[in-house]
Amino acid sequence: MANAKPLEVAFWLCTLLPFVLAPNYLSLASQIAITALFALSLDLILGYAGIVSLGHAAFFGVGAYTAGLIAKHYWTEPISALLISGLISGILGYASSHVIVRFRHLALIMLTMGFGLLLAEAANSAHALTGGADGLQGFRVPEVLGFKFDMFGRTAYAYSLAVLFVCFLICRRVIHSPFGLALRGIRENAIRMPAIGAPSLSHLRKAYTIAAVMAGLAGAALTQTTSTVSIDVLSFGRSADVLVILILGGAGRLYGGLIGAVIYMVARDQFSGVNPQYWYFWIGLLLVAVVMFLPNGILGGLSALHKKRQ
Amino acid sequence: MLSTRNVNKKFGSLVVADGISLSIPRGVRYALIGPNGAGKTTLINLITGMLAPDSGEILLGDEAITALKPHQRVKRGLVRTFQINTLFPHLTALESVTLAVLERDGHAHNWWRGLSSFASEADEAAVILKSLNLEKHSHKETRELAYGQQRLLEIALALATRPRVLLLDEPGAGVPKSESAELFAAVEGLSSELTVLFIEHDMDVVFRFASRILVMVGGRILVEGSPQEIARDERVREVYLGAAHAA
Repeated sequence: MANAKPLEVAFWLCTLLPFVLAPNYLSLASQIAITALFALSLDLILGYAGIVSLGHAAFFGVGAYTAGLIAKHYWTEPISALLISGLISGILGYASSHVIVRFRHLALIMLTMGFGLLLAEAANSAHALTGGADGLQGFRVPEVLGFKFDMFGRTAYAYSLAVLFVCFLICRRVIHSPFGLALRGIRENAIRMPAIGAPSLSHLRKAYTIAAVMAGLAGAALTQTTSTVSIDVLSFGRSADVLVILILGGAGRLYGGLIGAVIYMVARDQFSGVNPQYWYFWIGLLLVAVVMFLPNGILGGLSALHKKRQ
Repeated sequence: MLSTRNVNKKFGSLVVADGISLSIPRGVRYALIGPNGAGKTTLINLITGMLAPDSGEILLGDEAITALKPHQRVKRGLVRTFQINTLFPHLTALESVTLAVLERDGHAHNWWRGLSSFASEADEAAVILKSLNLEKHSHKETRELAYGQQRLLEIALALATRPRVLLLDEPGAGVPKSESAELFAAVEGLSSELTVLFIEHDMDVVFRFASRILVMVGGRILVEGSPQEIARDERVREVYLGAAHAA
């Protein structure tokens, strides 16, 4: 990692702590890493390109089902299946981007939501292919690169974390590239961009496609580490959750989705342990508090505090 | 260099461009004047493709560009600035201008190389900022710049695209007179190859910097001529200068 800051190195070293400190929670840690990757992919379009999506689960779900179908009907080697899942998701992302990028604001929210719902219903009806509401079951990915997926989730977490880390490096590169600057330009002022000769729509299509690939990878990793695909990989709730996670952590900051995923998932795990029925109450309270006191998310608040002290 | 042939545009029943034909030769400094609501900004929007004309043709050099999208026209050298600052609030001045340079050179699609490997583009952006006396502020976010500096950044962004024809929509809007002279001095210092059309309400500035003047009224070109001709023109006095002189 060229020119990594000490805080970043510390952050990634911390991601290894669960192996030592919380060996009983590695399955949770794996799901957190996958959710973090999903949030990271949303950050690319929401935080950097300004595309608000309420249907991002579409790509997560397509990746999840693709990986499930490959494992069930074809082969169980996970890395090739992961890449193919990302590819299929990316193709869908590229195809839908031609419509998506022409809209902004409310129309965009409705459009992405509608697109997500359509896909969820399609998966629900295509029982023969997807297992419908029962989910896709009856497959297992036994190992990756010779490491067996164990019942403690050790390999699962290592695998998810590795996928997250590689995708993060790619995202980080994208953000700090000329293309990343162009995306920020579109977010900052969509009217000015064409006036400096920028093909904004083509930039947005590209960002949307990259985000779809990464969401697909996240979905595939979930399938491979849990050996099941539930219909809710495509659900509206998942699209909404990931948006909440990103806003909680701070959009447009690369680490926002990661921090948000950790806090949200751990909070959900703890709250649902205390009160399985009403845990959304506490999530709601957390969200209201963050938005009221830290309008730019947790990371936004921290960085403002840091600036003040300087 | 830039011409329009019988360009028409209506918003509902309101005619905002009525058979506009003009022809602007290379390297000339044109002022576009006229009372409020005459259709000056609309004309710039039509020329740059931000509005589509109902009929008529727009040509850059010998090429018809009527069907081209705004960013494609910019690529061919037809560039505008905005009357109301249309900038990137959270980008620094240097980032903004570097972005325009990267777009011009076709590097903005590059997502696999870091910005730091595009040092020559950043250097060029710094030179452009320096030419407009913005070098001291190049690392400030745009929203932190003083209003007059933001007006200059408007022009810097346009220059970074290496225009052949530059359309300035009231570059001095809202700028105190002392600063607007500085701003127009910067415009005057631009290459003599560059064709400039600017909208401006301050007649001192118009007569000082324009070599030709276009007068628009009610969506039509009323008259075109040298500053002397325009100053003498009875119709112009009546509809435009007359009112100003009476005030």
